[in-house]
Amino acid sequence: MDEKKRNEAYNNYVKAKIPKTKPWPSLFNSFWVGGLICVLGQGINDLIMLWFPNMAEQTAWTYTLVVLIFLASFLTGLGVYDRIGKFAGGGSIVPITGFSNSITSPALEFKNEGIIYGMCVKMFTIAGPVIVVGIISSIIVGLIYLFI
Amino acid sequence: MAKSQTVVFKNQPVIIGSYSIVGPKEGAGNFGEYFDYVMKSDSFGEKTYEKAERKMIQHAIVGAIEKAKIKPTDVELLLAGDLLNQIISSSYAARDFSFPYLGLFGACSTMAESLAIGASLIDGGQFDHVVCSTASHFSTAERQFRFPLELGNQRPPTSQWTITGAGACVLALKGKGPKITMATFGRVVDYGINDVNDMGAAMAPAAMDTLMAHFRDSKTTPDDYDLIVTGDLGKLGSEILIDLMEDQGIKLGLNYNDCGQMYYTRNQATLCGGSGCGCSATVLNSFIMKKLLDGSYKKVLFAPTGALLSTTATQQGETIPGVCHAIVIEGVKQEKKK
Repeated sequence: MDEKKRNEAYNNYVKAKIPKTKPWPSLFNSFWVGGLICVLGQGINDLIMLWFPNMAEQTAWTYTLVVLIFLASFLTGLGVYDRIGKFAGGGSIVPITGFSNSITSPALEFKNEGIIYGMCVKMFTIAGPVIVVGIISSIIVGLIYLFI
Repeated sequence: MAKSQTVVFKNQPVIIGSYSIVGPKEGAGNFGEYFDYVMKSDSFGEKTYEKAERKMIQHAIVGAIEKAKIKPTDVELLLAGDLLNQIISSSYAARDFSFPYLGLFGACSTMAESLAIGASLIDGGQFDHVVCSTASHFSTAERQFRFPLELGNQRPPTSQWTITGAGACVLALKGKGPKITMATFGRVVDYGINDVNDMGAAMAPAAMDTLMAHFRDSKTTPDDYDLIVTGDLGKLGSEILIDLMEDQGIKLGLNYNDCGQMYYTRNQATLCGGSGCGCSATVLNSFIMKKLLDGSYKKVLFAPTGALLSTTATQQGETIPGVCHAIVIEGVKQEKKK
C-alpha cells in the first residue's frame, strides 16, 4: 500500500517535470506539410485528367494514389521521408504517404533477416493494426448500413 | 538496519588499459577528442548493424589489451554484455577470442556491473587479468526496442539517443593505473514508471537507491569525490535524481553529472541526451580514465543505471524496473608528467 502511494506520488512528480511539446508550432508544421501533400495529390490528379481526358475520374484517383505511394516509398528509401516526418509529425503520417512510409521502412530495416521471415513478416508491423482496424470498422459500418 | 551492499577491496584491482570506440555522431559530440577511435560510418564495414556492434566490441577488447601491454594469452576471463536479446553482440564477439567468457546483462549499467564483478574476482585472488567490455549501437537498439530507422515519426521530448560505441578495459591485480577501491551492488528498484520513452525517470530511483546505499555503507559524502557520474539518466533523469537525493537529505553538487547529458552538443538534437551501454562505457574509458591518469580527478564515483525492460514486458503492461551499480575509482596521485 505504501509502495503504491510512493509510486503514485513519483509518477505525478515526473508528469509535472516532463518537458512539454509546444503544440502550436507542431500543429502549424503538420498543417502546412499535410496540406502541401494534399495539394500535390490534387495536382497529380489534375495532370492525369489533363493528359488522359478519356479516363474515368475514379481510375484517375487510383493512379494518383499509386503515384503518391510510390513517391513516399522512394523518399523513404533515399532516407528523406523520416526527416520530413521529424519536422511535420502528423502532417506526413496521416496522408497515404505516411502509410507507404510505415510499410517501406520496416521492409528496408528487416531485409537482413531474409525475404520471407524478415521483410515479408515485418513489413506490416506498423501498418498492420491500421489495416485490421480499417477492415473491422468497415464491416461494422457495413452491417449498420445494411439494417438502416 | 540494511545489510551492506558495498564491497571494499583489499587488493584494489588496477585498470591497466582502457579503450573506447564510437560512431561518427558520437565522435562529433562533446567527448570527441578523447575517444581512441571514431568510426567513419555506423556500419563499420559490416553488412548488418548487429555485426558492426560485435566488431566494435572486438575492436575495443583488442585495443584495451594492447594498451595494457599484455598478451591476449594473459587474459583469464572476459566479462561483457550489451542490449540485444540474449546479449548476442558480446557472446558472438567472444566467439573469436581464446579466453573464457561470462555474459552479463545489466542493461546500460553493464560497464559498472562488469567492473564490480571483475574487481571482486581479482580481489578474491582467483584471477590476475580480467577484461570488462560493453557496447551499444543506435541502429540495433532502435529496431529492437522502438521503430524502423526510416519511419517518419517524431520523438517525444523525453527520449534519448542510444549511443553507438563500445568500451573495454583490462583489470589486473598489479600494475599502473587507476584503482578500483569499492563497489556497491544495486537492488532492482521500480517506482511504477511505464513510459518507454522516459527511461531517465524510470532509472533515477535506482540511482538514488544505490547512491544512498553507497554513502551509507562507505560512510562518505558527495564532497569526498571529485566526480560523481551516472550513466544515461539524461537531462531529465539527472534532474530527478538531484531532487530525489535532496528528499533523502543528500545534496548532489557541481561534482555530479551524467554521461548521457554531457555526451552530445546542443545542435545534435538528441533531446534528453545519450543512452545505452556504450554511453557510460565510452565516457569512462576515454574522458574519465584520462582525467584519472593525469591527476585531474583523484576519486570518482561511477554509477551507471540500467532499465531492465523488454518490449514483451512493457507490452504486457509491466512498469520499468531499474538497477544501478556503483564503483569507486581512485586515480594515481604521484608522478605528474606535465
